[in-house]
Amino acid sequence: MDQQVPIGVTVNGVRHERAVEPRLLLSDFLRHELGLTGTHVGCEHGVCGACTVLLDGDAVRSCLILAVQADGHELVTVEGLAPPGGGDELHPLQAAFREAHGLQCGFCTPGFLMTLVPFLREHPHPSEPEIREALSGHLCRCTGYQGIVAAVRLAAGSAP
Amino acid sequence: MHRREGLAKLTGRERYVDDLPLDDFLWGMTVRSPVPRGRVTAVRFGADVDWSAFVIVDHRDIPGPNEVILIERDQPVLAAGYVRHVHEPVVLLGHRSREGLRRAVRAVEVVVAPEPPVLDFRVPPRPDQIQYGRDNVLKRLKIEKGDVERALAQAPVVVSGTYETGAQEHVYLETQGMIAWLEDQVLVVKGSMQCPYYVLSALKHALARDESRVRVIQTPTGGGFGGKEEYPSDIALHAALLALKAGRPVKIVYDRGEDMAATTKRHPSWVRHRTGLTRDGRLLAQDLEVVLDGGAYVTLSPVVLSRGIIHAAGPYSCDNVRIAGRVMFTNAVPFGAFRGFGAPQTLFACERHMDVIARTLEIDPVELRRINLLRDGQTTATGQVIRDGTDRVAVLERALELSDYRAKRRAHAAFNETHAAQRRGIGLAAFYHGAGFTGGGEVHLNSRVRVAGLADGRVEVLTANIEMGQGTLTVFTQIAAERLGFAPQDVAIAEADTGRVPNSGPTVASRTTMVVGRLIERACDDLRSRLEVDAAVRGASLRAAIVRWHREHAAERLVGDAVYERPPGISWDDANYRGDAYGAFAWATYVAEVEVDLATYSTRVTGFVAVQEVGKVLNETLARGQVQGGVVQGIGWALMEECKFRDGAMINNQLTNYLIPTSDDVPPIHVAFLENPYPHGAQGAKGLGELPIDGPAPAVLNAVAAATGADPRAVPLTPERLMAIADFGLRSAE
Repeated sequence: MDQQVPIGVTVNGVRHERAVEPRLLLSDFLRHELGLTGTHVGCEHGVCGACTVLLDGDAVRSCLILAVQADGHELVTVEGLAPPGGGDELHPLQAAFREAHGLQCGFCTPGFLMTLVPFLREHPHPSEPEIREALSGHLCRCTGYQGIVAAVRLAAGSAP
Repeated sequence: MHRREGLAKLTGRERYVDDLPLDDFLWGMTVRSPVPRGRVTAVRFGADVDWSAFVIVDHRDIPGPNEVILIERDQPVLAAGYVRHVHEPVVLLGHRSREGLRRAVRAVEVVVAPEPPVLDFRVPPRPDQIQYGRDNVLKRLKIEKGDVERALAQAPVVVSGTYETGAQEHVYLETQGMIAWLEDQVLVVKGSMQCPYYVLSALKHALARDESRVRVIQTPTGGGFGGKEEYPSDIALHAALLALKAGRPVKIVYDRGEDMAATTKRHPSWVRHRTGLTRDGRLLAQDLEVVLDGGAYVTLSPVVLSRGIIHAAGPYSCDNVRIAGRVMFTNAVPFGAFRGFGAPQTLFACERHMDVIARTLEIDPVELRRINLLRDGQTTATGQVIRDGTDRVAVLERALELSDYRAKRRAHAAFNETHAAQRRGIGLAAFYHGAGFTGGGEVHLNSRVRVAGLADGRVEVLTANIEMGQGTLTVFTQIAAERLGFAPQDVAIAEADTGRVPNSGPTVASRTTMVVGRLIERACDDLRSRLEVDAAVRGASLRAAIVRWHREHAAERLVGDAVYERPPGISWDDANYRGDAYGAFAWATYVAEVEVDLATYSTRVTGFVAVQEVGKVLNETLARGQVQGGVVQGIGWALMEECKFRDGAMINNQLTNYLIPTSDDVPPIHVAFLENPYPHGAQGAKGLGELPIDGPAPAVLNAVAAATGADPRAVPLTPERLMAIADFGLRSAE
């Protein structure tokens, strides 16, 4: 029915060539085509932020982007955050979330992590209001955000 | 210790239901009623869809009784010729493509001859609106203590007030989802849920299958808050019916819009207080009427009402109490379990009313609470003698101290004198929450737990209680490890699979750590006793004893078991609602600070202190996280979370128009615990999970009242609602 469009994307350092339907969402492409189910879909509207991934280093909502728009771009998902090798070594943000109990049910967690990667790159020493503003595009229903704020401070090496 | 499943969640390896690999499966979707009430005269399948490519299920495909079995049997699995609420499931469709399925659902027309619905639970129904019993009352309950009429007649002062709360949506971040398939004649249903054995019981009943042919497995659950207590039975039945007919696995995962429109929410409430007092504020009589909106089926409403009325009089001593409660049938999507379970509604009314009393009598709201708070030896509304040794006044004092309450009141008065466009205020709420099932509920559950000794010397804890973010896996590990002297990694927690784990009851009612945790301790003791080693043997020598036992008993299983036993001295009279409603109460005082913008009527919570006595705190980090999360959910309910209904349907069923707090909407939540170990809870623990949502709404509204002089009586206190009840005089200056 729909014409398939060939795309080529690099995801977590691995090159993928696929033919996709033009209307396929990037979130569905990552989850269903590539099996990268760490990217979660919470609202399908770009509100909750759970599906956030990096596109050429910037945080984007994969439920608001079509797979064809990612053609030729470089993506990072939560699965690509920790150093490769599959061991227990974590990205400093993941380690901080673990240490500061920045997660409960964990459904929103990948999205928060992916937003924070570029945020900390651009704001290496954020204040609490800066952190709260940066996180405010994400919804978490379990933690009340306090553990998440603490995790960001820990990752940034700023005093609690 | 770190959260046990934290690594999997942080690296994206955790598999929620929608993440599980599944071969050759169909997606399932639900065709729902377009109207709140009426007779289904036809179901029309549009001509532009090739229906031969779809699996279609309606009520005629149900092998057993068309009933979602719970307290009553009034709710059908699929409507059979009559609908009682908008979005009631009528037909199920299964298809390979989710997109194709969406188009097909829109192509099915459920034709209904409409009948007059009941859409406001506060208005007495007309005869043509009666749909349940003689008066649409789903359940009536009453608590009576002393002689309320006489005490009111003699009271020097009587203060009355009515209070209302709206529906609240759970907004677990993972929407409801379930997969079902047949495996060697065994129906396997796997998904996001709090109560695997509730789902099992629903499947057995409506599908007429015995326990050997059904198995229910919980998947890592992305938040529940009560929303995954009873509703998962419905969606499990739907997925199972499609899978049985299709002969293939079927997956149903709701999108956010369907989840918000069609699943349960917190019961809306209306509460009237009539309170007799001495002039200096001592309670003489409390006369209450509590009314809840139950929606179109009974579901759990009778027990929500029960918990609601038991908490309604507050943590105060009063000799004369009458609480008349009822749940009304309406043609709304059934309201259901939500953290707090009726208590947040009645405690909002109670604690807001305490401030209304204080203002009326011109006494200090702190003093009013201090003189009336329960002392050991005094009784609650049901006549339960409280003698747990907790100093409830000390809980209050600690909250005042941590919030710097007195100094803040003076500072706010000075601020308000000098600022034209903002008002600051501080407010408090003193409250309590009973842990575990009400009355004889835990006895009826008869929960069982098993701890197995493995051949390598480790143990495996087998329960039906689940992890949904609150930390069950971690706390259960801690409890067993502590009891046996093991390292945490030597304790495995079994997947909640009804094919393997005993029925330790539902993961609800703040019971998991206190009640089930205690059973784990006893099952650990039982395991040790089977090894015939000294009760003092722990750690490495106990591990060695388990290994030795297995060497001597090849191919046998080593297990320790425990069954619930009611703590001594507890008795409950269900017919008269008298006696010990709960084995233990947690006690709390919360203090909120707010700033109100007089031009926009918006309220911002600028400070929050939560002090509670919850018995022994087993894992302070997890406990603090539970309180912070509950408080923020409560602040959302207090100020912004509003379900808007039109003709019985929720019309703001998206996260774009149903707002929950973000990190920028809430302040840091200061949490403090006072500990008074409860002898019958695991390591001395009492329940904690629900308590934190009881206090924020009254504390925040009391703070708004203190800040502005307004008298808000309903939540959510949106800017529109505050504007409707208060005129700050700034609008004319524009």
